Amino acid sequence: MTESADKRCGSAKTGTLAPGTPMCAGCGGLQALHQIYDLLGDRTVFVNAAGCMTLLSIYPYTPFPGSWLYTAMACAPAGAQGIRDALDLLLSKKRIRTKQDLLPVVLTGDGAAYGIGLSATSAAIDRGLDFLYICYDNEGYGNTGHQSSAATPTGARTATSRVDGFAGIKKDLFSIWCAHRPAYVATAIGSEPADLSKKVKKALSLRGPRLLLVLAPCPTGWGFEPARMVDIGKLAVETGSWPLKEYVDGMIRHTHIPSRRVPLEDYLCLQGRFRHLFKPVREDERLSGLQHRVDDYWANLK
Amino acid sequence: MRELLTGNKAAAWGARLADVDYLPVFPITPQTEIIETLAEWIDHGRIDARLTILESEHSMVTAAGAAAATGVRVFTATSSQGLLYAMEMLYNLAGWRVPLVLVNVSRGLSAPITLEPDHNDVLAARDCGFLQLHCTTCQEVLDSVLLGYRLAEDMRVRLPVLVNLDGFYLSFTREPVEIPSAEQVRAFLPPFHPGSNRFAGGTPVSQAVAVLGGTPYSYFRYQAHLASLEAGRIFGRIAQEFEARFGRSFEAVEDYHCDDAEILFVMIGSFASKARAAVDSLRASGQKVGLVRPRLLRPFPVASLVRLFEGKAGVAVVDQNLSNGSGGILHTELAAALYPLSKRPLLVSFVGGLGGRDITAGEFFAMHDVVRRAVGTGQAPPPRLLFTKDELAAVRHMQDIAAGTGETS
Ligand SMILES: Cc1ncc(C[n+]2csc(CCOP(=O)(O)OP(=O)(O)O)c2C)c(N)n1
Ligand code: SF4
Repeated sequence: MTESADKRCGSAKTGTLAPGTPMCAGCGGLQALHQIYDLLGDRTVFVNAAGCMTLLSIYPYTPFPGSWLYTAMACAPAGAQGIRDALDLLLSKKRIRTKQDLLPVVLTGDGAAYGIGLSATSAAIDRGLDFLYICYDNEGYGNTGHQSSAATPTGARTATSRVDGFAGIKKDLFSIWCAHRPAYVATAIGSEPADLSKKVKKALSLRGPRLLLVLAPCPTGWGFEPARMVDIGKLAVETGSWPLKEYVDGMIRHTHIPSRRVPLEDYLCLQGRFRHLFKPVREDERLSGLQHRVDDYWANLK
Repeated sequence: MRELLTGNKAAAWGARLADVDYLPVFPITPQTEIIETLAEWIDHGRIDARLTILESEHSMVTAAGAAAATGVRVFTATSSQGLLYAMEMLYNLAGWRVPLVLVNVSRGLSAPITLEPDHNDVLAARDCGFLQLHCTTCQEVLDSVLLGYRLAEDMRVRLPVLVNLDGFYLSFTREPVEIPSAEQVRAFLPPFHPGSNRFAGGTPVSQAVAVLGGTPYSYFRYQAHLASLEAGRIFGRIAQEFEARFGRSFEAVEDYHCDDAEILFVMIGSFASKARAAVDSLRASGQKVGLVRPRLLRPFPVASLVRLFEGKAGVAVVDQNLSNGSGGILHTELAAALYPLSKRPLLVSFVGGLGGRDITAGEFFAMHDVVRRAVGTGQAPPPRLLFTKDELAAVRHMQDIAAGTGETS
């Protein structure tokens, strides 16, 4: 590509993604996408894997002023590869002008990003594909009724772990991406828009494989009132449960270190998926286990 | 220019002459020679294309379709497990209505794993929405790729095309192939014009958005079906033009000695050459037999087949595939196509050539006898697997060795 990514995607606007989508009220994924899309602009082509956001575009309507391709659950990065390769060919053979270039943006949930699509993602990073990957992480298979995914946190109840909650440990996708030495990896959340915006701009200033891993508080799957979505998102950050960080040039940097971390309980007790940890009896041991894990993460930082 | 080419090289030549832009690839025997040949040509600057090695056929086919939707001419190839691994996306590409050519080099499916051919792989893709062309000679492989692009890119069609050739029997068999000049091909196949439905800056395009309810879903599926049927008519015209330019006839159904025949063989793929030889021998001994070979399998050329079968006494359908618990797939398709005829021939089903197992001349003569007898009684025998007592004994012997109970000397 010849133009800078910033210019290619145009300047920031507001309300780029049209309203009136069928996402749930209070969807943290949609909140983040609104903010991101304002910065990306319309010279994008979104490549989507099956998930909640697949229903953003329902024939004959679309909230996107840019282009959109639905692929399947396992292969959105491969779709981005085909589009990027084709655009590069069209540019090099002078069949399109540089201002007709587009940014391929993969948009998937955590089920696709951490699970079924990970092989396609890993390979796309290996090939140095110039694309942006947005994963809205609602910590479960949202679209099919919130079953457990590899991104589900320990103890969370899902449609496939209804009694004691999920027994596994949330997969560390951030580290998996970093191990591939991509151009950029960042965690973010819609409830921290300034941080998110900086990361989108940083991602846009770079070339190569770039991931925005965005925690997406999900009222439907997590069990909270839609109106509390922003609070829950802020608590995810202030409890230290969702560290805001980025990887660039081989270095990992935390973009926000909570000065006094809020107890994890304050985050968990607001969500139906963790209610069994508090009622009918308080599961002190499990709660402190979860708190320890967060504490260890930050203690091991330095 | 006439050269000795393998089927794989002929496929690569087809892509080269079609001046393809993009080659997403993934290796699988016996297809690898196709992508290696194209890679070498790219390295030596013989073609101006980009080759990307994907990590699976699922991704390869996705990238192929996405690139075609972005406006470049795409070629790719696979075989067997690869085609099945890509199956989810084959349906998508047909739904995206993207034109491209995918060559499948037929190979039997696991398990047990084998490298040799039969048609269960390509026939598993029968309903995915790709048009299907089946080849018997290396020349046809090259020609089918060119015809495939003309057909796929026709604005009335806009569907991907699958060109099939048999592993080993064609992939690695050298035959003299007429290679047309680039100018000749360009006159037949002009540069790819994506039309308006491609991703472009400033003019957003949404591909494959969700639909709610059966009404729009039915509409889009039905449109693709109609386009597929239309492709049958358009193929006829394109084939005529092809013949006028290149001198090679390319009808949707090849018929060999059918006019006065009483008994017909029906086959697809390279084993049809054996059937052709058997027809020659049987004719030499005074038997009125012929061969029908559908080149086009999707859309299914029902009208041409009906014309050829009407008034015939019996037909031996030789399927190189097996739909477990049912029988040969081609047999079922033909039975369905012929059912409306009042005077329909007796269809007798044979299944053979699985995993590259040979079909001998003797077996063709035996099939002919079976059909003759069935016509006499008016009763079709049940489907028959071509497998001899000697072959059974050989497998039993291997089982004894495997079990450690046999003599291994
Ligand atoms: C191959 C395949 N298997 C299963 C499905 C069914 N399916 C559709 S969406 C979905 C869940 C996706 O979860 P995630 O990626 O986390 O996205 P979310 O639904 O949470 O937005 C599943 C399992 C599918 N579309 N394709
Ligand atoms: S289920 Fe969750 S992630 Fe999906 S649309 Fe609803 S709130 Fe958003």
